[in-house]
Amino acid sequence: MKYQVDEKGFYGDFGGAYIPEMLYTNVEELRKNYIQISESESFQKEFQSLLSEYVGRPTPLYFAARLSEKYNTRIYLKREDLCHTGAHKVNNTIGQILMAQRLGKNRIIAETGAGQHGVATATVCALMGIECIIYMGALDIQRQAPNVARMKMLGAEVRAAQSGSKTLKDATNEAIRDWINNPVDTHYIIGSVVGPHPYPDMVARFQSVISAETQAQLLKKEKRDYPDHVIACVGGGSNAAGLYYHFLENPRVNIIAVEAAGKGIDSGESAATSALGKEGIIHGSKTLLMQTPDGQITEPYSISAGLDYPGVGPMHAHLFRSQRAEFISIPDQEAMDWGLILSQMEGIIPAIETAHAFAVLDVRKFSPNEVIVFNCSGRGDKDLDTYIDHFRL
Amino acid sequence: MNRIDQTFQKKQKLLSIYFSAGHPELEDTLPILLALQDSGVDMVEIGLPFSDPLADGPTIQESSTRALRNGMTTEKLFDQLQNIRQSLNIPLVLMGYFNPIMQYGIEQFCKKCRSIGIDGLIIPDLPVDLYHHEYKTLFDQYNLYNIFLITPQTSEERIRYIDNVSSGFIYMVSSASVTGAQSAFGNAQEDYFRRIAQMKLKTPQVIGFGISNAETYQAATRFSRGAIIGSAFIQFLEKKGVASIPDFIKSIR
Repeated sequence: MKYQVDEKGFYGDFGGAYIPEMLYTNVEELRKNYIQISESESFQKEFQSLLSEYVGRPTPLYFAARLSEKYNTRIYLKREDLCHTGAHKVNNTIGQILMAQRLGKNRIIAETGAGQHGVATATVCALMGIECIIYMGALDIQRQAPNVARMKMLGAEVRAAQSGSKTLKDATNEAIRDWINNPVDTHYIIGSVVGPHPYPDMVARFQSVISAETQAQLLKKEKRDYPDHVIACVGGGSNAAGLYYHFLENPRVNIIAVEAAGKGIDSGESAATSALGKEGIIHGSKTLLMQTPDGQITEPYSISAGLDYPGVGPMHAHLFRSQRAEFISIPDQEAMDWGLILSQMEGIIPAIETAHAFAVLDVRKFSPNEVIVFNCSGRGDKDLDTYIDHFRL
Repeated sequence: MNRIDQTFQKKQKLLSIYFSAGHPELEDTLPILLALQDSGVDMVEIGLPFSDPLADGPTIQESSTRALRNGMTTEKLFDQLQNIRQSLNIPLVLMGYFNPIMQYGIEQFCKKCRSIGIDGLIIPDLPVDLYHHEYKTLFDQYNLYNIFLITPQTSEERIRYIDNVSSGFIYMVSSASVTGAQSAFGNAQEDYFRRIAQMKLKTPQVIGFGISNAETYQAATRFSRGAIIGSAFIQFLEKKGVASIPDFIKSIR
């Protein structure tokens, strides 16, 4: 278990729970209970049933024939874009809402950047009839009007984060402050493999259904339960953690993590945390993060709001430092091009986040017999305005 | 002896003031410190501004942001404080989030604090367990007191642990909340103050968060050895300026 979290909540040098005392009781309650609850029979029964009946799992492992032919290799897409609400995010929110219920919480808070996690959280709160408050940067609220409307339609209250840069990291700060102010009745559904231990591990476990299904599906299609490469985009890193999870300890599987280079790594407008980040603390976790020499957290940039996070989950920081994973960064332009390529070669319009992962096909060689699994983490409906502007559609 | 211990030996009902270094103006640090000492304040917490102060309410978020915009950095603050002990006798506590301290280098930071004459640190996002196992020896080596917070939710067992690891004082957060001014305490808060007082901890307690006026100061010091005012002082500074600091302190006691 070299790449999984250790008993102290660390992945190698990274992770832990660097939290103010005001959060200790809540986080400790979760830490003490999350494994026992999530592995209990009643939890698993309800979780699995919702994943299949409500989310629509298992998602297909689709052999992309035209893409495979063009790149002369064997390419599979794990179709998380077909999940209810349009992305993998809902795997985690289903798990966490069931966790919250078992912890006796009756109020849910969450942060969101582009609104995908906010929508997935509002969805499960509606499903369970639980009060839902979503924190979103004031700037993001302006940029993502359709998702704001979706959350409202689902009955959530959307609160604008007015502090700092008014984007995802500030929305996360506001959600944490809300939790400090409401320590008894509230559960905080973090949307990625970030935050204090046990969040990175808990979210990775809920997302690990992606690689569990992939193993079973590959066994049928390729007569072996592992691929040669797994490839996913990484912002905080939840879809990547889900795809890598059951392959972490299998040295035959090469792991590729794709970050957003934005306008270029050296442009000052980038979100390539592995290249630009230094070890530090963000949102209660020791990890790599983009910051000034003085330790102030800086604002990242990517055309895709879901990759626009100044840190990265501690599991990924460890995969990077230990060189278990290959990290590649893809600029806006190439990602946008791949939005179009995937649409026109496979009939799948991907989220811009997801499109970043596919751009690896242009920068790295694969052999004809190699089996590659991409996480097709989300669909592109939410990005249509960006695509329209970019391609003058 | 650490100045914090001396002060607790000599004085009752301590009044401690927090402000964000570099706010309202970059060079206000020394004038604010001297005005606070001259007004009879017993101890000062100097806030090292951080971009993402997640335990702080709107007032301190705003003062931190403005301080950073004014150009405040760790190095700059240390420069300002370099000769502070020539004119200031009261204990000084630096309050900052862990990331900027890590980037400065933790041992380097401790060394610098020691050479300037800083008496203690409050690092809200460095939990007691991590401090105890990883950094306590280092802090002790530089005779720096690390101050921990407790809240109404902190269990008795954990309070005992914190008491054990603590030196100087324990920072009692008055309610389940981020920092911010409040005009009066409720019954639940007073019950909590009483509960802690009855635990007879070895480390003296000082109450902070939500203290803004004579009434809350009096209430807090009925149950503890002192009170810390932050947000209300920062709001006052913004409106009335450094020259009026004595008026604020007089309004408290």
